[in-house]
Amino acid sequence: MGKTIVEKILSAHTDTDNLKIGDIIKARVDFAFANDITAPMAIKYFKESGAKQVFDKKRVGLIPDHFAPNKDIKSAEQCKLLKEFAQEYEIENYFEIGKMGVEHALLPEKGLVLPGDVVVGADSHTDTSGALGAFAIGVGSTDLAAVMALGEVWLKIPPTIKFVYSGKLNIWVSGKDLILYTISKIGVDGANYKVMEFSGGVIRSLSMDNRFTMCNMAIEAGAKTGIIEPDEITLEYLKGRAKRPFQIYKSDPDAHYEKIIKIDVSKIEPQVAFPHLPENAKPISEAKGIKIDQSIIGSCTNGRIEDLRIAAEILKGQQVHSEVRLIIIPATQEVYLQALREGLVDIFISSGAAVSTPTCGPCLGGYMGILAKGERAISTTNRNFVGRMGHPESEVYLASPAVAAASAIAGRIASPEEVK
Amino acid sequence: MIIKGKVWKFKDNIDTDVIIPARYLNTSDPKELALHCMEDYDSEFVKKMNQGDIIVAGRNFGCGSSREHAPIALKAAGVSCIIAKSFARIFFRNAINIGLPIFESEEIAVQCSEGDFLEVDTVKGILKNINKDKTYKLNSLPAFIQNIISLGGLKEYVKEEVRRRNREDV
Repeated sequence: MGKTIVEKILSAHTDTDNLKIGDIIKARVDFAFANDITAPMAIKYFKESGAKQVFDKKRVGLIPDHFAPNKDIKSAEQCKLLKEFAQEYEIENYFEIGKMGVEHALLPEKGLVLPGDVVVGADSHTDTSGALGAFAIGVGSTDLAAVMALGEVWLKIPPTIKFVYSGKLNIWVSGKDLILYTISKIGVDGANYKVMEFSGGVIRSLSMDNRFTMCNMAIEAGAKTGIIEPDEITLEYLKGRAKRPFQIYKSDPDAHYEKIIKIDVSKIEPQVAFPHLPENAKPISEAKGIKIDQSIIGSCTNGRIEDLRIAAEILKGQQVHSEVRLIIIPATQEVYLQALREGLVDIFISSGAAVSTPTCGPCLGGYMGILAKGERAISTTNRNFVGRMGHPESEVYLASPAVAAASAIAGRIASPEEVK
Repeated sequence: MIIKGKVWKFKDNIDTDVIIPARYLNTSDPKELALHCMEDYDSEFVKKMNQGDIIVAGRNFGCGSSREHAPIALKAAGVSCIIAKSFARIFFRNAINIGLPIFESEEIAVQCSEGDFLEVDTVKGILKNINKDKTYKLNSLPAFIQNIISLGGLKEYVKEEVRRRNREDV
């Protein structure tokens, strides 16, 4: 019987033969990373382990991005730990403010995570790199410390659910809408412990930025990871970026899937996920008119150049509603610079938006756009849990950059057509 | 290990943001994290519960972020064990790795009531509900994971493995 892309990647990273679903293996890790929230604990445990050095100085990443640039003294102390650890252990991939970005946007951009890799990150959105055809999983700090010390991770061979997208995408429907729609169909634990493999003609025609958005949110259905087979679009993206050779794996036609779910995208409108779960997605036609106080465009989900281009297309020549704060956060310095060169930042500021240096900031209620009691935001981020962006009695609605930009102009949740 | 405690019931999809809100993640100190455990769900929870109490929850407990601060906050607040219909996978790993006993059981999650007194034998895998006079068999964990737990958590496993590799280097 054939194998899925994930089974092939894992087979190539372990000494165990004849892998079966449910087997526990030790897999060699190609890249491991942590941020300013998860690294401090991992560093402590790593030092306690007695390891003299990290498994590979070129294959460990430390990225202060969550509460960085440092939001307060405690955050500054945490970020300092990353820098000192990187110096002490000569870790090459430490990204200082000015060079950093939101980790899941930064690492693919820098060519540090590649097709066929096993990637382990101490952050749940590590699954983002699955868009490159890597097996990328989020873990906690103790697991990450173990990987830094040993270069391997224990894991269970997961079953895979295959999602096949066909049909013609409607106007303004993006990868974000496809993944919100998918989560609404299977629920926030619909893929718990499993892999979501995204496939079909629609996926083949999606840009890398849209693919990253889809894999990013596989965790919101509980998935171990999301993955997309590499193709010409992937290889084009990697040109001039890949820092080392890589291996392309594809699923066999007769691979075994736990389930195959077919989705006709021609029925899908832009989606809005209502509070307080990502599975509460509804078509925009059922969300129109809800008054908002803030709109966030950014994050590891939707802070890439295409996301900003779409936002600029809608904001050009328009004004942000007088009662709305629109905060746009390019995910990396490269995205920021590109947006500047293309004139997008000019459009944003002229429209009355605030543009921030890269940070996770408001996505997890850190800073740079916290909600007061009773306030409501539309956001291109990935979670709308209770208290996620601020006060426990505030609300977050998840949507695409197009809908977040249109809503910022309208002062209420709106579709792009309404403001164009 | 024998755990004894009173049940606090929680609904489905308790996420890591309510277990420990991100605004408190600028520290890794378990005592400080414990003060804010479940704050956005029930601001009185930490005050109401007693050391050793047990959480019994619905589906997908611990969904969301990879923050190990979530099981650490629960453990430091005094929660001795969690039984849920299901756990989100990263939370499951993190709880095992830090030595917080957790068990999946649809049956127990449905049949336990808030305030019931439970006795859990984690080695034999037996749970007794004293109030309901019922005994349950808990699912046993895979051998590899049991080995990690018997060593005292993943940290101890890594220490031993590092020692072994250092010896081979000599």
